[in-house]
Amino acid sequence: MTRRTSKLRITKDRGFKTLVICLSFLSMVPLLLILYYIIKNGLPALNWDFFKDLPRPVGEKGGGIANAIIGSCILVVIASQPSIILGIAAGIFLSDHKGSRVAYWVGLAVDVLQGTPSIIIGIIAYLWVVIPMGGFSALSGGIALGLMMLPMIIKATEETLNLIPASLKEASLALGVPYYRTILKVVLPAGVSGIMTGVLISIARVGGETAPLLFTAFGNAFMNWNATKPVNALPLLIYNYATSPYPEWHRVAWGASCVLVGLVFTLNIFVRIMTRRWKVTF
Amino acid sequence: MENHSSVKIAAITRHSNQKAEFAFQKILLLSALAILILLVAIFLSLLFQSIDSLKIFGFSFVVRKTWDPVSGNFGALPFLVGTLWTSFLALLISLPFSLALAIFIGEYYKEGILHSVIKNVTDLLAGIPSIIYGFWALFVLVPIVRGFQMKFGIFPYGVGIFTASLILSVMIIPYSASISREVISLVPSDIKEAAFSLGATRQEVITKVVLPYARSGIGAGALLALGRALGETMAVTMVIGNSNLLPGSLFSPGNTMASVIANEFTEATGRLHVSSLIEVGLLLFLVTLVINIMGKYIIRKISVEA
Repeated sequence: MTRRTSKLRITKDRGFKTLVICLSFLSMVPLLLILYYIIKNGLPALNWDFFKDLPRPVGEKGGGIANAIIGSCILVVIASQPSIILGIAAGIFLSDHKGSRVAYWVGLAVDVLQGTPSIIIGIIAYLWVVIPMGGFSALSGGIALGLMMLPMIIKATEETLNLIPASLKEASLALGVPYYRTILKVVLPAGVSGIMTGVLISIARVGGETAPLLFTAFGNAFMNWNATKPVNALPLLIYNYATSPYPEWHRVAWGASCVLVGLVFTLNIFVRIMTRRWKVTF
Repeated sequence: MENHSSVKIAAITRHSNQKAEFAFQKILLLSALAILILLVAIFLSLLFQSIDSLKIFGFSFVVRKTWDPVSGNFGALPFLVGTLWTSFLALLISLPFSLALAIFIGEYYKEGILHSVIKNVTDLLAGIPSIIYGFWALFVLVPIVRGFQMKFGIFPYGVGIFTASLILSVMIIPYSASISREVISLVPSDIKEAAFSLGATRQEVITKVVLPYARSGIGAGALLALGRALGETMAVTMVIGNSNLLPGSLFSPGNTMASVIANEFTEATGRLHVSSLIEVGLLLFLVTLVINIMGKYIIRKISVEA
């Protein structure tokens, strides 16, 4: 009896392992398919003109995405400045006041803000910026993206600072260095790689966001450097062109997808290499 | 004399240090409180802007079946149903895959090439923008689903609830897999070793020791993944078909709460329409808020216990 049951159990064990491996590899398939289609349809559309030209009207051949690339950069720059400063400050507070009541509620707020759907952030930026300013603008889009970056940067700062040994801070304080100088000159420099990683990852994430831009940055067929006017962004351009009925525009959308995915992956891989190199071990 | 002035300087620097110290602490506290205020302000803004619709429709907003901007008749039931169907279906489809991934990198291959390949690929999957998923689904997945529908004699929309769930499930797999893996790694190795020493096979240890122990954490991971699926906008908007009628079947086109806002907000005419859309947003905000707080609470509790 034992021999038969143990045989059965071994077979079950093997079957289970095979199942787990099969399912795991099966869940890789979508990534491969997405990459395959993006490269197959996107790469042929890419050339130098694609990066430097403006979009053309339907019917005209060619046309590029220069305005969308510039627009995405403007949006990310507007978004990152306030959210990096505010995010790092709040992150320092959270890691230094662990266990306090304020930190508990703020931590909860950060979690909720991180889980808030991006479309809601879009509505908020519309209500807070677009309506008072009287129109769609790069500024409102930047603020929407900034609201999305904020919780990610706070989390990254908090988690990084938590890993820094307390002895480092205590040594500085014991030498009579005031608290603010200890934080600015000892703790933050030790955690800069982790915080930088968080910032770059959050940029990669919001750079691909579309929903908060639909009714803030809105999109623009022309080049625009003015922060109070609507701008185009890569994801917005992909959305507008992909849902249009023109094959010529679909070609541009595939090309733009190729560029966007390329940028996001490059940033992710860069961060991964850098964290390995910058890693401060204690 | 010299001594006296140096004392004075020390006193001055100490005074300015104290001032800077005080200001610094205040700035940190204020930036932390700003986040809390921000969240409350978001809630209040949504609430006040949806007051028109709240006044006219009251609680019946969530059970009324018609959404008709022309006659000014707004009910959110079709979107509630659409959101629930797509998210739960997506969760159901993704669950076996994300569990398998978590077991794969958390139990079978804790290191080595296979581990890093699978882990990096899942991380990359999580990093792809949702617009790319939507675009790909619209041009690749929709024709495939349409082909199946033709074969089985269902009206070949291609787009619809089912297609949206499929792409959603692909999007949430990496998310719930990474949470499940973390929870699985918290299972103490001595109870696993105890089971092994009694002669249990790998499969028995995983299904009878690890998974039951990590049950609540895996549930929390699924909950957080559900929260993400509920609020996902772009990919769903592109493949769900954007119909404001109550979806009749799994394959019929519909709309989710997020997708109806994305579609109609810029074209909304009249205050009531805008206000109704914002009320849909308010509902979505509250639902994701509750789900996130619950999920995070469970995860936090487990990490403290372990």
